Amino acid sequence: MNLTLKVWRQKNASDKGRMETYQLSDVSEHMSFLEMLDVLNEQLINEGKEPVAFDHDCREGICGMCSLQINGEPHGPDRGVTTCQLHMRMFKDGDTIVIEPFRAKAFPVIKDLVVDRSSFDRIQHAGGFISVNTSGNTQDANAIPVEKDKADKAFDAATCIGCGACVAACKNASAMLFVSAKVSQFALLPQGKIEAKDRVLNMVHQMDLEGFGNCSNTGACEVECPKGISLENIARMNREYLKASIVKEK
Amino acid sequence: MSVLDSRIPAGPIKDKWTNHKNKINVVNPANKRLIDVIVVGTGLAGGSAAASLAELGYKVKAFAFQDSPRRAHSIAAQGGINAAKNYQNDGDSVYRLFYDTVKGGDYRAREANVYRLAEVSANIIDQCVAQGVPFARDYGGLLDNRSFGGVLVSRTFYAKGQTGQQLLLGAYSAMNRQIGKGKIQMYNRHEMLDLVIVNGKARGVIVRNLVTGAIERHSAHAVVLATGGYGNVFFLSTNAMGSNVTAAWRAHRRGAFFANPCYTQIHPTCIPRSGDYQSKLTLMSESLRNDGRIWVPKKMEDVEKIRSGAIKPKDLKEEDRDYYLERRYPAFGNLVPRDVASRAAKERCDAGFGVNQTGEAVFLDFASAIQRYGKEKANVLGEHNATPDRITALGKGVIEDKYGNLFQMYQKITDDNPYETPMKIYPAVHYTMGGLWVDYNLMTTIPGCYAAGEANFSDHGANRLGASALMQGLADGYFVLPYTIGDYLADEIRTGPISTDSPEFDEAEKAVTDRLTQLMNIQGSQSVDSFHKRLGKVMWDKVGMSRNAKGLEEAIVEIQQIKDEFWKDVKIPGSMDEYNPELEKAGRVADFLELGILFAKDALHRNESCGGHFREESVEESGEQQGEAKRDDVNFKYVAAWEWTGNPADSNLHKEELEFNDIELKQRSYK
Ligand SMILES: Cc1cc2nc3c(=O)[nH]c(=O)nc-3n(C[C@H](O)[C@H](O)[C@H](O)COP(=O)(O)OP(=O)(O)OC[C@H]3O[C@@H](n4cnc5c(N)ncnc54)[C@H](O)[C@@H]3O)c2cc1C
Ligand code: SF4
Ligand code: FES
Repeated sequence: MNLTLKVWRQKNASDKGRMETYQLSDVSEHMSFLEMLDVLNEQLINEGKEPVAFDHDCREGICGMCSLQINGEPHGPDRGVTTCQLHMRMFKDGDTIVIEPFRAKAFPVIKDLVVDRSSFDRIQHAGGFISVNTSGNTQDANAIPVEKDKADKAFDAATCIGCGACVAACKNASAMLFVSAKVSQFALLPQGKIEAKDRVLNMVHQMDLEGFGNCSNTGACEVECPKGISLENIARMNREYLKASIVKEK
Repeated sequence: MSVLDSRIPAGPIKDKWTNHKNKINVVNPANKRLIDVIVVGTGLAGGSAAASLAELGYKVKAFAFQDSPRRAHSIAAQGGINAAKNYQNDGDSVYRLFYDTVKGGDYRAREANVYRLAEVSANIIDQCVAQGVPFARDYGGLLDNRSFGGVLVSRTFYAKGQTGQQLLLGAYSAMNRQIGKGKIQMYNRHEMLDLVIVNGKARGVIVRNLVTGAIERHSAHAVVLATGGYGNVFFLSTNAMGSNVTAAWRAHRRGAFFANPCYTQIHPTCIPRSGDYQSKLTLMSESLRNDGRIWVPKKMEDVEKIRSGAIKPKDLKEEDRDYYLERRYPAFGNLVPRDVASRAAKERCDAGFGVNQTGEAVFLDFASAIQRYGKEKANVLGEHNATPDRITALGKGVIEDKYGNLFQMYQKITDDNPYETPMKIYPAVHYTMGGLWVDYNLMTTIPGCYAAGEANFSDHGANRLGASALMQGLADGYFVLPYTIGDYLADEIRTGPISTDSPEFDEAEKAVTDRLTQLMNIQGSQSVDSFHKRLGKVMWDKVGMSRNAKGLEEAIVEIQQIKDEFWKDVKIPGSMDEYNPELEKAGRVADFLELGILFAKDALHRNESCGGHFREESVEESGEQQGEAKRDDVNFKYVAAWEWTGNPADSNLHKEELEFNDIELKQRSYK
């Protein structure tokens, strides 16, 4: 198929950036979206132009590195997939596709479609862990049974890949879904309960410092999340936060 | 430095590690604060090492080329991690895990290392559970297990098909705790481009800040390379796009020996290739072979009907199907090790029975598992008269619980629904068992330079069983290095901080800058990827699933030609002092081109078949094992460790003879 691509080009963080238009022909419907961009880049290099920079690594939907706002949606039109898993069969011959970086104050653009998501890391530094020594002298793993239902729910929350689509989808650029996923994983497990209060308070505090907006319960994050992280987690985080604030503030 | 001292502790195998730990030097906690350690790579091996070393009190600097430690390639591991816990009471033990791993590696691994790996494996699970890793649980709340290829017990712990992700997030969280405390300084989007050696010891690294292009110097008392494997030398592989050999190769060029480069694992269950634009191959976890049955049609005419769509695979009668693994290997069936399963698939496809357009695919079928589980589930629910539809629906539910995300992934990529029709799979390059040569302490031949995880060579021999790379990465990082590095660092407490202002750092920085300038100045006409693809094609055609002397000799010449052309004609847009992904790729491909030559040379010299290395000249000619790979213990029972001499084709071979005192060398039979 033949496509018209409108791509955001921005040399670096201080450049203003602009959209540019490229024509691409002979795109196979079996290609992934990123393979389509590879082909575009090969074409640009051959024409003596600079290729489009975009983030990617695993190309199988798990590392969370790829991003891209495609036709106004993070990770594009398909549901439950990352950009690297999006296939060109979702598009039609003659389509115009608009490709932009994830937009949020807390995700500054590095170049073209590449953004800096290290704010997510800093939120994790603030409490996204259980304080256990890495000594190997912990108790036997089966010493504390975990209800299957809870273990499964903790797992579901833990599948967040930290891609940032939830932030890009949100009109307030809120990071609530991402943060709540980690808080929920630990809240549902018997391990790490002792520091639950500090964890949620610290992580939320850091989230605010990073410049993410507030959650106004629109739910766009859940819709665009490639891993189906549910809004239930935000509710759970709010409960954890409330509990912690009441007990902590004295 | 040409002597290979493996430093294997004396004494009975089961006491070696304990004795070693008791005797090894330890650094006083107050002194640890004065010692810097650099960890390059934050996958399972590097992440767990960085966290553990920081926790012990060392000052750690960690580097990764991704934007966050959480994105290291380890995140993609699907199937699971082994541990000798014997929770299933099916006879597992440290010895059995040790035995399976040595046998699985075709007796080309170091016994002492493998035993230690089996010994610490149980601790890994305890550690991860304490960190909040949500492993699969059964209804009693206890940890669940499954089995993997090459093994007859259920010792694999898993978190659906995302075990690597959960384990890496565990290591990442342990790192975060230390980063938050300021004990680890994390450098994301930084790539190590050289190792700095001062007075014969590894003392630092030269890195490039990938965002600004700035070249930086970082010093330390020891350097740990945990930079993963080099399967991307084949261009198409299941590895993440950024996986590369650069850090290991740069260390190799500075004097670290490179061991067994030709040992490559070809994974039998990947999604087949579909076209020339393809950038990578996607793995379908081997755990699928627990429930999936592999087959091709028995008759050529059925193959053609299936290819043309005249019949649907599920409509082919049972008696017209060739379940070739069950036929050839009755004891292990679909669970034979990966090299065996891969070669058997290639054999059927080469014979013309491939079931897709390219002729490079076999079926992986879940229909009978769906029925079996459906009936079981109906019984559990007390539905003893369930209709066939109900049984199928229940069975699909069970399969979804076990493999749901893999099935979803398959469907997204291929547009086929694997609940309704069998998956199509074909082998692909997956893992490299070769890597930097290390001694028992995980130290390379450069004092103070360590290698951990997939970047080293030590534990897997010529083949790697499923679920054992994750185990090794975490064992190295959490439980081995934190001890063994102390042995070296104990002598460093009086060294004091290491200045980056020295002729050695000047020289290394200049070498890096010169090389980058040289690459940028070529301004040729062909893209980096075009060279990488050509290299990959030679590697796959001549150094791939089966190899012969003629092909390998040709490969060496051809790669040399591609390499020469690369340095004359590669085209890299942009500049050096900015974010420039094409320049990053160019540096990596340049190193892959050198490695490719050594790789083929190693495969050529090893005139035996072992594990994933199949030499067409070395096959059993008669008897029960006819047609299977033939090992040659008399001539090749050693680790091949190559020393850089300035040209990969002229590298010097050093041999570490392997001793097997606790396991008898036998023909590896899975019949
Ligand atoms: C699809 C897939 C599925 C798998 N499934 C399983 C499984 O089920 N069970 C199992 O046991 N194994 C599995 N494996 C194998 C296993 O995942 C890997 O062997 C293992 O994760 C490697 O870990 P590592 O820490 O050694 O390296 P990696 O995780 O590859 O980490 C490498 C690190 O080094 C960094 N790095 C590399 N070069 C540089 C440089 N020059 N400068 C700075 N940083 C650098 C990277 O940024 C990264 O942080 C699978 C592999 C694949 C590809
Ligand atoms: S919650 Fe979903 S959208 Fe947000 S970072 Fe995690 S995986 Fe991405
Ligand atoms: S590239 Fe890893 S999730 Fe898309």
